[in-house]
Amino acid sequence: MHPVLKIVIQRLLLGLLTLLAVSIIIFVAVNSLPGDFAQAILGQSATPEAVAAIRRDLGLDQPAVTRYFQWLGDMLTGNLGISFAQANFASFVGTSAESGSGPVTVAQQIAPRFENTMFLAGVTAVIAVPMSLTLGILAALFRNSVFDRTANIASLSAVSSPEFFLAYILILFLAVLHPILPSLSNIYEGMPFGERLYRTLLPALTLTLVVTAQMMRMTRAAIINLLASPYIEMARLKGISPMRVIVKHALPNALAPIINVIALNLAYLITGVVVVEVVFVYPGIGQLFVDSVKNRDIPVVQACCLIFAGAYILLNLMADVLSILSNPRLRHPK
Amino acid sequence: MSETDKPVLVEIKDIWIEGRSDEEWLPIINGASLTLRKGEVLGLIGESGAGKSTLGLAAMGYTRDGVRIKSGSVTFDGVDLIAASAATKRDLLGKRIAYVAQSAAASFNPAHKLIDQHVEAPVQHHVTSKSEATDDGIELYRRLRLPNPDEIGFRYPHQVSGGQLQRAMTAMAMSCRPDLIIFDEPTTALDVTTQIEVLAAIRDIVEQFDTAAIYITHDLAVVAQMADRIKVLLKGDEVEEADTRVMLESPKDDYTKSLWAVRSFERPAKPAPAVDATPVVSVQNITAAYGKLPVLHDVSFDIHAGRTVAVVGESGSGKSTTARVITGLLPQLEGVVEFKGEALPADYHKRDRMQLRQAQMIYQMADTALNPRKPIGEIIGRPVEFYMGLRGRKKRERVRELLNEIELEPDQFIDRLPSELSGGQKQRVGIARALAAEPEFIICDEVTSALDQLVAEGILRLLARLQDERGLSYMFITHDLATVNAIADEVVVMKDGRVVEQGPKADMFRPPHHPYTDLLLSSVPEMDPDWLTDLLAERGVENIGDAAVDKM
Repeated sequence: MHPVLKIVIQRLLLGLLTLLAVSIIIFVAVNSLPGDFAQAILGQSATPEAVAAIRRDLGLDQPAVTRYFQWLGDMLTGNLGISFAQANFASFVGTSAESGSGPVTVAQQIAPRFENTMFLAGVTAVIAVPMSLTLGILAALFRNSVFDRTANIASLSAVSSPEFFLAYILILFLAVLHPILPSLSNIYEGMPFGERLYRTLLPALTLTLVVTAQMMRMTRAAIINLLASPYIEMARLKGISPMRVIVKHALPNALAPIINVIALNLAYLITGVVVVEVVFVYPGIGQLFVDSVKNRDIPVVQACCLIFAGAYILLNLMADVLSILSNPRLRHPK
Repeated sequence: MSETDKPVLVEIKDIWIEGRSDEEWLPIINGASLTLRKGEVLGLIGESGAGKSTLGLAAMGYTRDGVRIKSGSVTFDGVDLIAASAATKRDLLGKRIAYVAQSAAASFNPAHKLIDQHVEAPVQHHVTSKSEATDDGIELYRRLRLPNPDEIGFRYPHQVSGGQLQRAMTAMAMSCRPDLIIFDEPTTALDVTTQIEVLAAIRDIVEQFDTAAIYITHDLAVVAQMADRIKVLLKGDEVEEADTRVMLESPKDDYTKSLWAVRSFERPAKPAPAVDATPVVSVQNITAAYGKLPVLHDVSFDIHAGRTVAVVGESGSGKSTTARVITGLLPQLEGVVEFKGEALPADYHKRDRMQLRQAQMIYQMADTALNPRKPIGEIIGRPVEFYMGLRGRKKRERVRELLNEIELEPDQFIDRLPSELSGGQKQRVGIARALAAEPEFIICDEVTSALDQLVAEGILRLLARLQDERGLSYMFITHDLATVNAIADEVVVMKDGRVVEQGPKADMFRPPHHPYTDLLLSSVPEMDPDWLTDLLAERGVENIGDAAVDKM
């Protein structure tokens, strides 16, 4: 078998194993949150009987191990479960089978939100990744110049400021003083693509400011790190132009660390954007997640956690595989 | 020769070059001048730190980061390279001036195929089209006698051997048919049998295209084959310059003479050991592997008291692996290592302190073998304490004794860090550390190959004296046959993890030999400018170097 294929399969299996381990951690962590759904929904004056009844209906009285495997089994068959908060309690007492409409499933609840999050992450990535790479390459090319320093200071200031602060600054300049973009990103299903993009632009720009610094600086550092190599000296002694030396000779050998940083930042775009969502009232998965934690809506919390973990693992896996592919020693064995 | 009639190509006049070190500019080249005519080959020789590479690069108008030209002029074909703009220089580099680096493995970009790197200069300089340059590259590969010339260029650097890469790099330098090529130690990293092939190829192609060259090396015998004239550098100063034959026959300067004299060190052969003597170390039928990869096959040899056994062979032949088996770092799969007739446990974890004491090692890279954060006294003191149980004042006394033994003044050196020592001094500390265990047997793993010739000779003399005084036995791993000739009593020749021939030195340097030993011996350059020409005439280009090894 080709060694690359072998490594990819190994990484894939390792990724699945990690996901399994993460599912255990999620289950244990979520279930050790203080209080439970029954108490949260019934309030202080609930009778013990009412609490017990809801707990029984939701299966919360089962032992933890049984509940874990039940949940895992459901996940594997694509059944994310039924949200506690959305549940029609009639369904638990056995009358909903005939009611027709049925309870809202977690999947139905998460799907549009997740789609929105991916859209925002996608728009941000399309802006941020090429921009960071270009800035990083230029900074390496003109290192220690005014451009290099300006780019460094600007990106560092951006990454050091709190996200909401950046968001409000952008709103101030691009929505209030110069009303070019809308300050609210209230997108909905069925919105035409152009309109949707227009409304997503401001949060996407905010996130771009947040993630650019790390990717740009890593690109610059990885390239500069290679500039002392004998093969770079050789390229210079062949009379190759400085730009070509960097793009053609240094960059292909600097890809592995750059890819890894890009993957980490893309994962952050999926899992860590709740503050930006709140500022722009963007209906992403982050808000749903926070609300569900507040309500102890365990099925939603668990499903969100699992999706976040999956995104993280998948992106890192892709980064791993791409780094391997960027190494000719592995791509073309002796 | 009518060389003087040819037009001048490069002229360096009174150049002073400095290098930056800790916020301070230190001189590298102090007022060197050189003139190179079209089609002429100039050899630049000197020890490490003499400024050979710096001067060679300056001839291209190039300085490395942290190096600057303080004054002087470099003129290439009428162009002042110091005053020229970066764009003007870029236009010349690669097209009319080319460079061949010491390590082709490091100087080819690992991310691109050889041919893509080959055609880059002609295409970027608009000399030829990509397809023409590709065809020409394949033709050059053929002329440089690379195997599979049609196909080898389409491989990545890691898929090609060191000697082949060095030839591919020479081909790359030729891609625009430059007027000048700087060869910066192009064969130093190669084995002798590979080196001879590369030398023949370089000389052939430089003659064919009438290219001028500056050939930088520290090896006199190599430069004698390649250069029309030789220039000697010492710590940035010009020592002397003369035609190759004149320089070889009658060097004027004392320093040049001392370089020539290095190879004269030779120990008288010792009488053969008694037939029934028990060897100090006996390696018997050792087979060993790294994981599943077998590296040693049925290796056997004896080392007798007070004698030196040189183990020679090319890189990858299993010399150092054998040392690892003897020291117990790599437990063997089969066979035994005996010390004075008693089998040693295979794994060093299972050896007791007395057994560990007996097999000490001195390493090739003294730089990496000494802890940079410990002073010399502590480095030598540790084995003194560990093996001899000495502490406090007695330990310090013993360390001072050892420093005296290795000819380093104790008061001056005992509190220094390794970074404050020269290469030769570090290697002496390595020897003292081995001596501290008071062993009867020491493994010397390429101990002189990282050192300049004069310094290496000093180390060899020290090792010889210690052997005479203490009756030490050495296993001396080397690929340098001149060193073998200087100090060995017995020689073991290894190839591909097997012993191909062994015997007393006198026999080994006299035919008939195993064909591999013969090839090794005949590949060592001699201080005769006609050596390579004669050898090629005698054997034919098919029967030297790797081509000959492949036939075996």
